[in-house]
Amino acid sequence: MNTYALFLGCTIPARVQPYENATRAVLGKLGVRLVDCRDFACCGYPLRNVDQRAFLFSAARNLALANHLGLEMLVLCKCCFGSLKAAQHILRRDAAARNDIGRRLQEQGLRLDADIEVKHLLSVLRHDVGPATLKEKVTRPLTGLKVSAHVGCHALRPSHITRFDDPVSPRIFDELVEVTGAKSIQWDTKLDCCGAPLLGVNDELSTALTRNKLDMASKAGADHLCTACPYCQLQFDTVRQRLREGNDPPDVVPPVLYPQLLGWSMGIEHKLLGIEKNAMDPVATDAI
Amino acid sequence: MLFSILFYISLCIFILGTAWKVTTWFTRCIGPASRGIPSSRRVSAALQGMLRTLFSRKIVVVAAAFFLDGILQRRILKESVLRWVMHITLFAGFMLLLLMHALDEWITMRLFAEYSSTVNPFFFLRDFLGVLVLVGLGIAALRRFILKVPRLKTRTPDRIALLLLAIIMVSGLLLEGAKMLSHREYQQMVEDYADTDDAEELRALESYWVQEFGVASPDVSPPFPDETLSLGREVHEMSCAYCHAPSPWAFAGYGTNRAMLPIATFLERVHAVLIFWHIHILACFIGLAYVPFSKMFHILATPVGLAVSAVTDFEHSDPANIATRQAIELDACTQCGTCSLRCSQVGAFEFLDNPYILPSERMAYLCRLGRSGRPGPAALEALRQGAYICSNCDRCTVVCPAGINLRELWISVREDLIQEEAPEPVMLSPFSFLRGLRRPVLERTVDYGGPLSRARIAVLGNGAEGKPSSGEREPLPILGPQETAKDPLLQAEHFAHCFGCRTCTTVCPVVAAFEDPEDGLGLLPHQIMACLGLGLQDMAGRAGMLWDCVTCYQCEEHCPQGVRITDIFYTLKNRVIQEGWNPRQRLTDTREEAKQQTAEDRDPLP
Repeated sequence: MNTYALFLGCTIPARVQPYENATRAVLGKLGVRLVDCRDFACCGYPLRNVDQRAFLFSAARNLALANHLGLEMLVLCKCCFGSLKAAQHILRRDAAARNDIGRRLQEQGLRLDADIEVKHLLSVLRHDVGPATLKEKVTRPLTGLKVSAHVGCHALRPSHITRFDDPVSPRIFDELVEVTGAKSIQWDTKLDCCGAPLLGVNDELSTALTRNKLDMASKAGADHLCTACPYCQLQFDTVRQRLREGNDPPDVVPPVLYPQLLGWSMGIEHKLLGIEKNAMDPVATDAI
Repeated sequence: MLFSILFYISLCIFILGTAWKVTTWFTRCIGPASRGIPSSRRVSAALQGMLRTLFSRKIVVVAAAFFLDGILQRRILKESVLRWVMHITLFAGFMLLLLMHALDEWITMRLFAEYSSTVNPFFFLRDFLGVLVLVGLGIAALRRFILKVPRLKTRTPDRIALLLLAIIMVSGLLLEGAKMLSHREYQQMVEDYADTDDAEELRALESYWVQEFGVASPDVSPPFPDETLSLGREVHEMSCAYCHAPSPWAFAGYGTNRAMLPIATFLERVHAVLIFWHIHILACFIGLAYVPFSKMFHILATPVGLAVSAVTDFEHSDPANIATRQAIELDACTQCGTCSLRCSQVGAFEFLDNPYILPSERMAYLCRLGRSGRPGPAALEALRQGAYICSNCDRCTVVCPAGINLRELWISVREDLIQEEAPEPVMLSPFSFLRGLRRPVLERTVDYGGPLSRARIAVLGNGAEGKPSSGEREPLPILGPQETAKDPLLQAEHFAHCFGCRTCTTVCPVVAAFEDPEDGLGLLPHQIMACLGLGLQDMAGRAGMLWDCVTCYQCEEHCPQGVRITDIFYTLKNRVIQEGWNPRQRLTDTREEAKQQTAEDRDPLP
């Protein structure tokens, strides 16, 4: 049985709990065991703009904690995934950074290991669990449902570092969508960024990028946009709501997280998957 | 007489101090949303809220919060069993001693008709509770000084609190032991209460008391013959037993008594009982007066905070009550450091050397702010940056044992700080994501875009859009080999392979979002790379495109020459933030500033 150290990051527990809940429900049914580590902290992604060493240390600390547990990391957020992979890449090649960070981690009783396996949920489902096993568990195939798989950017690129999928013609996400019985349609801007990194920094630009994606998905005739990252999910949800409240509401496609889609096809109850919680209100969370 | 005077003085100080603190709950403003609300409005909203809660089912919620979190402290238990043991022993021990021992005339005597402090179970319980407190203090000292819990700072208020409690407990035990020991005390009691005048009976009684009660007598000493002891017991049972259980029941005080026996005569001569009594009483009174001005105020503020949190929520409650709640929360903080222990930004704290990244440090600062007035610009800057470096993961809020909604507090504090004139370049990063999500709500009360514009102007230096100034241009000076060697960004490996194909700009989604990219963005990706190639790293560093980069790595992925464009952009951004806003430099300034302020205003950064 596969066991992984579950890395949730910062956004999911605070603002996208359904992603965690749906993942646990689905992986539970697939016999995948998840180990929680309370000491995991921020992957360092937001720090990349601010200070490289702070970013490297944040990422390295998480890698060291997983190393301590002796497990591979299963990451749900693509930004976390991309930043952990980037940190591994830098630490492998920069001896000075490796020594400095290794020394600091040692002071806290941790050992740096830049080579532990870091995997995104989609990779685990596609490669470790496999489409055959997944298909067995699908009891309610979502036949007729048209889904645009949003591959996005941080897991996919730079491909020689993340090694997630083919950067020009990725297939993993599409195959996983089709396992549920839905059809993964081809659409323009599939590989474009959702725009989340600029929300709060340059809202006009961020919204323009997101809108472009939502429009393309709609144009391609999708019923749903499928995501596998909390930032992407929040971005699509929030911008979609704002566009619908605007003067000229376009046809915008509702986003759904992949484990919700998969869980739906596996017959898991909607409440467990948190599907009704999509279109999340970013002001209030259920944390308190 | 002296006792009464001192008691009433300290009680007065306690009452006045508490009253002042409660007033600040209605006057203190945190966050832009609270500023327009007059204190009178806050008071009336609070009263209305309290009445509404009292006469509704919500009172059950409040009672549950008070009982489960205030008395049983289940939030602490969730965090760590050791901490829970520490706090429960301190809390239960101290509170029960306060109510049943210090206030025995008002409470215990009225509840139990046969109460006497030297009779069981009270006799035993008093010592038991005192030892509980000492156990709690021991664990506290263990955590702070031996286990060295990460990011838990120990400051003067913490030391004072621990010391004061220790003095009260230890002096109490010494007092008990000394009283048991004192012949003077014994004789006074015999004069007042003995039912006999017979010399032989009195002598027997004294022998019995030396044997069983720890008295040190100059007249009789062990070993005692059995007949003496049985006569003594008879007299004891007639005159004393009603009020006195044998001393070993007060095991801790008896322990000190046995330890002090060798120096009994000396202690008698110096009136040790009086000395210990004075220390004990004074320590208690000082403690009482000190409560409103110390972290011990959390005894009152935290239960109130828990009750208020149970019935208010940031979405639906009256903004006046939310403002009051946040003010109460500042006092409810016990400086336990759990928030910092669980903070997601530990990595940032390790490297950026800015203590305000940690929630507990921000709280400490905010709490001191009430007393010392406006901080200097360097301290403000450190606080602003520290408060912004927060991934809004909510962990601090979830683990806080006092039920403080730290997330909303930081959002308010952060907004306050960025609305001031000084810019915060860290805003131009994904740390602003939550702010972006909350834009519609924020726009109702604050200038949403102002802080962002100020941050942009600060990083660009030559105009808000980062466009090179139009019109005549000076010839650009090219750096020679000496200069390029020093700067890693100008090393050949970064851009030497670039042959200007412009694929980066072509695949960039940000560029594609503009009708006229050069107009909207200023220098485009390939132009920034060209700047580096020409040694114009300052110009590259001031490009607006850096901050509009969505970090999707399309450029780096598709560059036919493998130039790491996105990563170079990150390096340029880091430079800008560090060169203009080097946190280490700022902290040195803060310390300088702090030295110049008066002792009261001093900002004790670690």
